[in-house]
Amino acid sequence: MQNSLGEPQSILVLGGTSEIGLAIARALDSPSLRHIVLACRDLVQGEAAAASLRRDGLTAEVVAFDAARPDTHTALVDDVSGRVGDIDLVVLAFGVLGDQAQFEADPVAAASAVTVNYTGAVSVGLAVGNRLRQQGHGTLVVLSSVAGERARKANFVYGSSKAGLDAFAQGLGDSLVGTGARVLVVRPGFVHSRMTAGMKAAPLSTTPDAVAAVTASALRGRRRTVWAPGPLRYLFIVLRHLPGAVFRRLPLG
Amino acid sequence: MSAADTFTRLTGWGRTAPSSARLVSAEREDIAAVVAEAAGHQGERGAIARGLGRSYGDAAQNGGGTVVRLNGDLDAAVIDDSRAEVTVGAGVSLDELLRVLVPRGYFVPVTPGTRFVTVGGAIASDIHGKNHHVEGSFGNHVRRMSILLADGSVATLSPADQPELFWATIGGMGLTGIVLEATFGLLPIQSSRCLVDTTRANDLDEVIGLMAESDDRYRYSVAWIDLMATGRHLGRSVLTHGDHAGLDDLPPGTADPLHYDADVVISAPPVFPISAVNRATIRMFNEMWFRKAPRSRVAELQRIPQYFHPLDMIGSWNRAYGPHGFVQYQILVPFGEESTLRTVIERLATSGAPSFVTVLKRFGAANPAPLSFPAPGWTLALDIPTRTAGLSGLLHELDHVVLDAGGRHYLAKDSHTTPDAIRRGYPRLAEWQAIRDQVDPKGLWQSDLGRRLGLLD
Repeated sequence: MQNSLGEPQSILVLGGTSEIGLAIARALDSPSLRHIVLACRDLVQGEAAAASLRRDGLTAEVVAFDAARPDTHTALVDDVSGRVGDIDLVVLAFGVLGDQAQFEADPVAAASAVTVNYTGAVSVGLAVGNRLRQQGHGTLVVLSSVAGERARKANFVYGSSKAGLDAFAQGLGDSLVGTGARVLVVRPGFVHSRMTAGMKAAPLSTTPDAVAAVTASALRGRRRTVWAPGPLRYLFIVLRHLPGAVFRRLPLG
Repeated sequence: MSAADTFTRLTGWGRTAPSSARLVSAEREDIAAVVAEAAGHQGERGAIARGLGRSYGDAAQNGGGTVVRLNGDLDAAVIDDSRAEVTVGAGVSLDELLRVLVPRGYFVPVTPGTRFVTVGGAIASDIHGKNHHVEGSFGNHVRRMSILLADGSVATLSPADQPELFWATIGGMGLTGIVLEATFGLLPIQSSRCLVDTTRANDLDEVIGLMAESDDRYRYSVAWIDLMATGRHLGRSVLTHGDHAGLDDLPPGTADPLHYDADVVISAPPVFPISAVNRATIRMFNEMWFRKAPRSRVAELQRIPQYFHPLDMIGSWNRAYGPHGFVQYQILVPFGEESTLRTVIERLATSGAPSFVTVLKRFGAANPAPLSFPAPGWTLALDIPTRTAGLSGLLHELDHVVLDAGGRHYLAKDSHTTPDAIRRGYPRLAEWQAIRDQVDPKGLWQSDLGRRLGLLD
């Protein structure tokens, strides 16, 4: 149960090796935090991440999670509840960025990626939503992306999966109103991380720690969507309404 | 009640850490059935009783579960003059009770700073008041009570009859069962006025010295501290000592010595967009409050609501903290740890954390209840808006200081601390948990506080 200072006692990171997910867990560490669970596919990397988080009074466990296996998601949430009791904060931080050119050459690879990013998120998001509703409290943070705001030819496979995720997360948030549970949608811009290594940064780029700081701040308030960095909100108000011919010519990377 | 029940968002008086639960009201006659249904419905999440929601934290809320309001029936209260005691339903508030008691020449044995607490809440939190150093806490005065247990049966408890469960329920935060009715002793009074001596103390040493030296000559004693004062003014305070006024103390010809009039004068508006409590306002308020107090005044007559329940004159005063609410911090440090008390006050004062009402009191002897808060020593209570910068670090740091000195937190006020802090502060916690496990093996009685602080483990 979180306390009056908004400090969670337990955190579940779905996509437990995600740099942003781990940065959020670190940003929300406090003497109140007792359990972190990292749910990921690569258990070895997950254990390395868990080891970096563990300290006196804080346990960090790794559990197997495959976003492409919806039939395992409810059991996963149940298992985590069994381990830590009430789950105060869930961070949905998994996703495949992939390579647009490769996707265009290999439609099956594209389908797998969006299955993880969107379909997997729907399944586990609903399972988490059910659990939070049952608890009467708790927050789900969904890492969306500005890439979902308006599809660009440079990454429309990834972008469209994030567009779907964003709409799903908002709808889930609406459905949880009145139950005590809450959804916060975080829309980062280009984030310098392992996932984007070697890519050319877009304007208003950011870092995992900066995204985590924006998230932590938004969690203390009552916001349901937040952009990281904040000014992206205004940039996209403009971008969203540009005529297609103009938008297509923009050097957005 | 249907499966699509409405869930109600609940918080404590600090208006923080909300959770949603199925809120139901019950009369004494049907409460067992209501609770049994709760056990079926959201069985896993259990049930907890809720009085008037005056606990500052999450004691009377139960996310995903059931929260039960036991309706109070004041008319069914019975006063026994020969024993100076009253038997009353646990859902009745001290406010309602006082309206009947005072004109009859009685006062409650213990009252906290608000009269808007139920008898059940008074027992579950083992409330204390300005007279703790003389009269102990509320539980000391309970002669007998009936409680609904997890198996649906009703037990009658007293210090002689199932004493372990009796004392586990006193201060047990509702986690041993739902108190249905209680019989407790009353204090005979001659008038509805109090005689109050007020003194200003220029610093912490002075107020500590004054309390140690004069407390035992008075029934009621408490000091208001200006927490914004630093340096050589650290701990400057207004100390009041009082007792009930006898007939001789009243002006001659007073028409109705037991006349009792306790009204809410004004109500805080429902929406305060920001906290009215901040460093600037509190600094001004404290300066004014300290200066307004007489350097020394004796034998001033004050009405009961004025002396005991000044904040109650403003309805819903907690709204003044705005939408983000506030944290109430109340701790005790044992006698001999006055230097720890000074450290705590100093850290708070230098941090500039704005507290509207900061109170210092000397406690007397503890009672046998394993989770009762008061014990011989000093208790400090204050409130801080949640959005105060650095508040988390400050409170966790102070927690360590207090616990290292053998102190502890008050469960009825707590909204931020950890299970470890409770294990350290309450050495008899395991003993209490064993008693609870005996009467509630399936864990029916649950609350957010119980889960957060590991009381249910």
